[in-house]
Amino acid sequence: MVEQNAIIKTINLNCFYDNLQVLRDINIEVYRNEILGIIGPANSGKTTFLRALNRLNSLNINYRQKGVIVFEGQNTQDIPDSLIRRKIGIIFAMPQVLPVSIYENIAYGPKVHGIRDKHRVEQLVEESLKKAFVWDELKDRLKTPATKLSGGQQQRLCIARTLAIEPDVILYDEPCSGLDPISTAKVEDTMSLLAQSYTQILVTNNTKQASRVSHRCAFFLMGELVEVDQTRKMYTHPSDPRTDDYITGKFG
Amino acid sequence: MRNKFGERVIETAIRFSGFAIIAFVILIFLFLLKDSLSLFRVYSFKRFILEQKWLPISEPPTFGIVPLITGSLLVTVGAIVICVPVGVATALYIAEIAPGYLKTILKSLIEVLASIPSVVLGFIGIIWLGPFVKNTFHLSTGMCGLTSVFLLAFMALPTIISISEDALVGVPRMYKEAAYGLGATHWQTLWRIVLPAASSGIMAAVMLGIGRVIGETMVVMMVTGNAPIMPKSILQPLRTLTATIAGEMGETVSGSDHYYALFAVGLILFIITFVLNFTAEVFLRKGRR
Repeated sequence: MVEQNAIIKTINLNCFYDNLQVLRDINIEVYRNEILGIIGPANSGKTTFLRALNRLNSLNINYRQKGVIVFEGQNTQDIPDSLIRRKIGIIFAMPQVLPVSIYENIAYGPKVHGIRDKHRVEQLVEESLKKAFVWDELKDRLKTPATKLSGGQQQRLCIARTLAIEPDVILYDEPCSGLDPISTAKVEDTMSLLAQSYTQILVTNNTKQASRVSHRCAFFLMGELVEVDQTRKMYTHPSDPRTDDYITGKFG
Repeated sequence: MRNKFGERVIETAIRFSGFAIIAFVILIFLFLLKDSLSLFRVYSFKRFILEQKWLPISEPPTFGIVPLITGSLLVTVGAIVICVPVGVATALYIAEIAPGYLKTILKSLIEVLASIPSVVLGFIGIIWLGPFVKNTFHLSTGMCGLTSVFLLAFMALPTIISISEDALVGVPRMYKEAAYGLGATHWQTLWRIVLPAASSGIMAAVMLGIGRVIGETMVVMMVTGNAPIMPKSILQPLRTLTATIAGEMGETVSGSDHYYALFAVGLILFIITFVLNFTAEVFLRKGRR
């Protein structure tokens, strides 16, 4: 049953930069429509894990990887880069808006994937902004440069932009690290509402954020996956003492 | 006390250097203007700018700058048409595609390219490129606009490549990652994100390239044929503003109308390059923001 539910599965995933091993034998399953939180101190390989999933790591020429990542039952090595990155979208720590208008930012993805029909693009832009719950705020300013928006709006614009390429999975790499509490709350609300139709993986340095948003949680430490469990259980009765130490703030 | 005095001396020296540069530019301009005005007292500015003949030693002389400006513009436009696409493509290759070791080799080769003296290029133009153009297009002489267009394009390439490359490397990594993250291919990222983001720097590179071409003297003097006539095509001999000054200055009587006419040509050239450099600066500034 669980096996069928897994949309992503890694088998003995090992990642290296030159000779430095940053991830060791990671075996994890990500279930459909869940929010999986990934917590752990800096340099524990969280971001590398996330970027391994949509193969953004391979842009770095020093990067090497062993093991298998399975997406929808298929080894990701057999899927072209542009397709896997379309199916598994990513939101970065700093809102990475492009220096063009709000509209063009969102239209960029669909255009890259060959949608030429102007009407369809317009429709996608509107849908995506609505799904990311920023339509009401931004609908009258679609022509303004996206760089003029506030940090929180930019980050939700980035979510909308990712939604416009119609992914199945959305990766978040510390999406709120540069945002104020109000904007953070809005991003978190958006994530919770998106959970109905998307699988989401959230890397965060903020253990409280993981406890608020995620359904299940994974704890990474020094390149190893210490444990992965229901968030509620993990935050009350973790099976590994190191997890308890990290969550309660004894180190990290 | 002593420190304070020392500081003041250094500060004054630096300030003086800064103002000296401004003073030099203004002095050169005034110098050109003064001698040009000596011509315009006896020969109207309107005729100088509109007359289509440059006949400085006939009686009475005609100083029409139009054929010279046309010659300069023709070779400049020709050179730009060739070197901008090639230069930007090379810069893109070096900045985004070439593997590390090749990048280093290419960059130092381009520096070598920039250091070739223009007289050597002119020499190559006379003995090799000129005859080649002559035979290819069945012309009566290979010393024509097109030959200099090729050489000028070659000369402007290093400027365009290195400044464009700086602009491309300066594109924030996050733009690229955002594009890759949306599933864009390498080529789509370069074409739709990196190039537009670097466009103001590339424009500045093109402007400086044009400035380099329009001010070049030796090559055009050696290979354009130096005929101060209205060129009907790029395959005909022509003459540029720069070559006119360099070629005729030695043969005029100091203080004659002809002498002052060459200063007026210099003034026009100065204004053209000044406007080009200024435009380039505006673009570069826009890019930095």
